[in-house]
Amino acid sequence: MHNLGIDVLFKGTNMIRLLKGLWVSVEISLIAVLISIVLGLVMGILMTSKSKVIRFILRVYLEVVRIMPQMVLLFIVYFGTTRVFGLNISAEASAIIVFVFWGTAEMGDLVRGSIKSIPKIQYDSAYALGMDKIQVYTAIILPQTIRRLIPLSINLVTRMIKTTSLVMMIGIVEVLKVAQQIIEANRKASPNAAFGVFAVVFLLYFVVCRTISGFAVKLEKRWT
Amino acid sequence: MSEKDIEQAEMLVEVKNLHKEFNGNVILGDINLSVKKGEVVVVIGPSGCGKSTFLRCLNGLEKIQGGTIAVDGLYVEPDKKDITKIRQKIGMVFQSYELFPHKTVLDNVILAPVMVQKRDKKDATKEALELLEKVGLADKKDYYPRQLSGGQKQRVAIVRALLMHPEVLLFDEVTAALDPEMVHEVLQTMLELAKSGSTMIIVTHEMAFAKAVADRVVFFDGGEIVEESSDVKNFFENPSTERAKRFLKTFAYE
Repeated sequence: MHNLGIDVLFKGTNMIRLLKGLWVSVEISLIAVLISIVLGLVMGILMTSKSKVIRFILRVYLEVVRIMPQMVLLFIVYFGTTRVFGLNISAEASAIIVFVFWGTAEMGDLVRGSIKSIPKIQYDSAYALGMDKIQVYTAIILPQTIRRLIPLSINLVTRMIKTTSLVMMIGIVEVLKVAQQIIEANRKASPNAAFGVFAVVFLLYFVVCRTISGFAVKLEKRWT
Repeated sequence: MSEKDIEQAEMLVEVKNLHKEFNGNVILGDINLSVKKGEVVVVIGPSGCGKSTFLRCLNGLEKIQGGTIAVDGLYVEPDKKDITKIRQKIGMVFQSYELFPHKTVLDNVILAPVMVQKRDKKDATKEALELLEKVGLADKKDYYPRQLSGGQKQRVAIVRALLMHPEVLLFDEVTAALDPEMVHEVLQTMLELAKSGSTMIIVTHEMAFAKAVADRVVFFDGGEIVEESSDVKNFFENPSTERAKRFLKTFAYE
């Protein structure tokens, strides 16, 4: 049997380094996801607003986010702002800004869709009980929206986790970068390491994303 | 109640010259209708005649383009600030039940009394259970709406409206979405309410029920009241207008 090069991971602290790298990826995406959910809820409500101007502006924002590759956004925020505005944003902060910028737009669109999918007569039924607008939204519409959102947003969350692999391009040492470092350092001793180490990285991504979608399925079952 | 928009003798609901349009189409022409406290008014008429819209106007779910609606002496206007106060006086039950799917039966029922009327939760729960018991659903209090049959959902919806202690109850074709064997249980509940002196305005296609429950029948067609009669039995046997005759005929088989 060929040497798959997995043994490299058991040398020294390699496995722990890889897991720490994974944590960097997860941390960035979790922070970005949490902020995106909150801002996305606000954005989604605004996207159902009666004002055409607000809807148009948000539509443009959403289209911009969809058209721009995330890598370009990362470069603009990390490299671009330093020169032009004299801001010195850390790589991690840049990554979170870009992911929130992206996540808010996508999440907002999902929230908009979920709100729209709640029949108008649910509002009527709540209003008929004497509730005011704020009570209708907080007690009736948003709880139902969030339940409908779970399956939709999980797709976005896992996409965000996977896309964190781009942040190594602005110098963040996340799981993929650590994997590269390990492979480079052991090139002579185990030339096959590329296969084994990247395969383990693949598995790590899989475990993280699978855990999240499994959790979502559980929530969905409990709520619907 | 302190200030009233109008002083009135005994009319709980007073509709004057109600005019409603939608995109230039006249939905309701010129409706005048008064309902006394304790009276049960049944509204019948062909589909699309405006009777459901009329009901929705009564609690401000629809904007009107002319005329006035007063409930318990207060004008109903959707954009008015105290519209939520007025709506608390008006219970409404919908054809499609419209329970809140993310809440249990009990939470559905006590939500508005606790949140809107600031009633004590224990007190509201106690009364809710009594009412649920009356309609035979006390054992379902922790169920979610999706676990109930249509007839059960509709009875919960009625209890939900009752727990607000409304002055008047509006029923919008509440049995139209039900299987035949469930229609009876819901109508029975409504009949008991009528007997206990509730003021009700009922839109229905159940003619036998209408005959049994109504103090007065109002026949809508083409957005206006075509015939109105307090002699309910006589109306169903021998309506005085041609249009009502034709409409009632559609329910008979020969």
